[in-house]
Amino acid sequence: MSKVTELETKARTIREDILKMLTKAGSGHPGGSLSAADILAVLYFEELKVDSDNPEWEDRDRFVLSKGHAAPVLYAALAEKGFFPKEDLLKLRSLEGHLQGHPDLNKTPGVDMTTGSLGQGFSAALGMALAGKLDQKDYRVFVMLGDGELQEGQVWEGALAASHHKLDNLIGIVDNNRVQLVDRTEEIIEVEPITDKFSAFGWHVIEIEGHDLEQIRDAFSQADQITGQPVMIVANTIKGKGVSFMEDTAAWHGKAPDDEKYQEALVELE
Amino acid sequence: MTEEIPTRNAYGEALVELGHKREDIVVLDADLSGSTRTGYFEEEFPDRFFQMGIAEQNMMGTAAGLATCGKIPFASTFAVFGSARVADQLRNSIAYPELNVKIAVTHAGITVGPDGATHQAIEDLSIVRGIPNLTVIVPADYAEAKAATKAAAEHQGPVYLRFGRVGTPTVFAEDDYQFEWGQVKVVEEGSDITIFATGIMLAQALAAREELLKEGIEAEVVNVHTIKPLDIAGVINSVKKTGAAVTAEEHNIYGGLGSAIAEAISEEHPVRLKRVGVEDRFGKSGEPKKLLKEYGLTAQEIITAVKEVLAR
Repeated sequence: MSKVTELETKARTIREDILKMLTKAGSGHPGGSLSAADILAVLYFEELKVDSDNPEWEDRDRFVLSKGHAAPVLYAALAEKGFFPKEDLLKLRSLEGHLQGHPDLNKTPGVDMTTGSLGQGFSAALGMALAGKLDQKDYRVFVMLGDGELQEGQVWEGALAASHHKLDNLIGIVDNNRVQLVDRTEEIIEVEPITDKFSAFGWHVIEIEGHDLEQIRDAFSQADQITGQPVMIVANTIKGKGVSFMEDTAAWHGKAPDDEKYQEALVELE
Repeated sequence: MTEEIPTRNAYGEALVELGHKREDIVVLDADLSGSTRTGYFEEEFPDRFFQMGIAEQNMMGTAAGLATCGKIPFASTFAVFGSARVADQLRNSIAYPELNVKIAVTHAGITVGPDGATHQAIEDLSIVRGIPNLTVIVPADYAEAKAATKAAAEHQGPVYLRFGRVGTPTVFAEDDYQFEWGQVKVVEEGSDITIFATGIMLAQALAAREELLKEGIEAEVVNVHTIKPLDIAGVINSVKKTGAAVTAEEHNIYGGLGSAIAEAISEEHPVRLKRVGVEDRFGKSGEPKKLLKEYGLTAQEIITAVKEVLAR
């Protein structure tokens, strides 16, 4: 099996698990989880140096999901990677489980930062990158932002600071799915042109199609070659990718499928 | 005449001492390193000092990230910006995940002086006291500020440390001062009333006690350096003995020491109480000592409050 085929399979499993856990939980955010599934598949099954038997390994690469509401995609990837049993996914958002509505570094193995209040994970990732530089470690810090999240001022504070401190061990990814909670991003507050903005803030920017596994892999390889500045990968994606009725709409930003919709969605993923 | 030294100086000096002792201490500042005295550390340990610019929210988040990698970050700015402006970052990135960040703010209260109300934090304790997991410390003088900074570094978990801009009369001798984590300290014993004081008001409380003694009133003065978690047992012990209380703080009477003491005694052992502090209004520009008088943060005001309580 080629690497790409393997990653395709992982991405499909992640999508299935996202839908399964959200249906069981009865609430949560499918749209922005599905849009990030291919990127997380490449991260967790090729790119990240992590050890599921030793989640606190101090030389590991870090991943911060700054768009914390997409927790299901992170949980699906972590469970698939073996950080915790798959059955835990079915206790998402319940008192009986450890999987909070938004990621919690103290409750869930493999979660590197507690996130949920938008813009904040980005700054935390910056701190991890600074620590790496200070300690002369070669780990890298990956941080995923939503395009809507770029409306938070804190992101731009962080963008200035990361380039000022020349954090070439920091790799950002914008899951640019063009849709936020209420409506399309351009209708709420336009954030484009994202690549120009980060370039102007001193970042090396790589723009890709965020569902093309080869392009995602190439972007990470390229990012590794950049020195002296942080890298932002602007991944153009489709909200709800993989489930036609969830695609490119704000309707499925924060709504879980019922059993009937879940079955419909599963058929599409096969 | 006792010596007057700003508690922020003690903070800056303690950081340097800590820096020599511990490699994991790092310091972040938001373009105020001259004022917050983190500049002392920057000079000594430039590699472990991070200038974050005028961007306090990002600074707090960055500190949180550093803490996840085993660092002990001290993040400094003025109290107005280190509380209200970053309340959500303190809550979600630091306190909720219980990260080992020390939020060390200076220029607290109205003694900021001429800069005026925008820079005079009178509500910061109220804001940070409502956040779970956060320890809140207000040192009374130079020796205590130094010891509190060192104690905070040894403590695992987030701490909010509050320092002042102007000279504060020294109460404790540096050589034999022991910072007892989480405990109130009876500085002077008395049997008629307890004066609970925090920060710069401790010196005023002690001055008030001297005056009251002349009139035959024996006030017990209790230093509350840790507003949260409050040493409830220590507070109750004192009021059980005295049966009356006055609180004194350079902060709004809502949400700070006065509120914390009122909550504790009304639940555990109700006694007569009067709060001395800023009476729910903003500060203004002026010389610190004149402002203290204008806002009723003096020994005289404490004396008046004591007499009022005892007359009830």
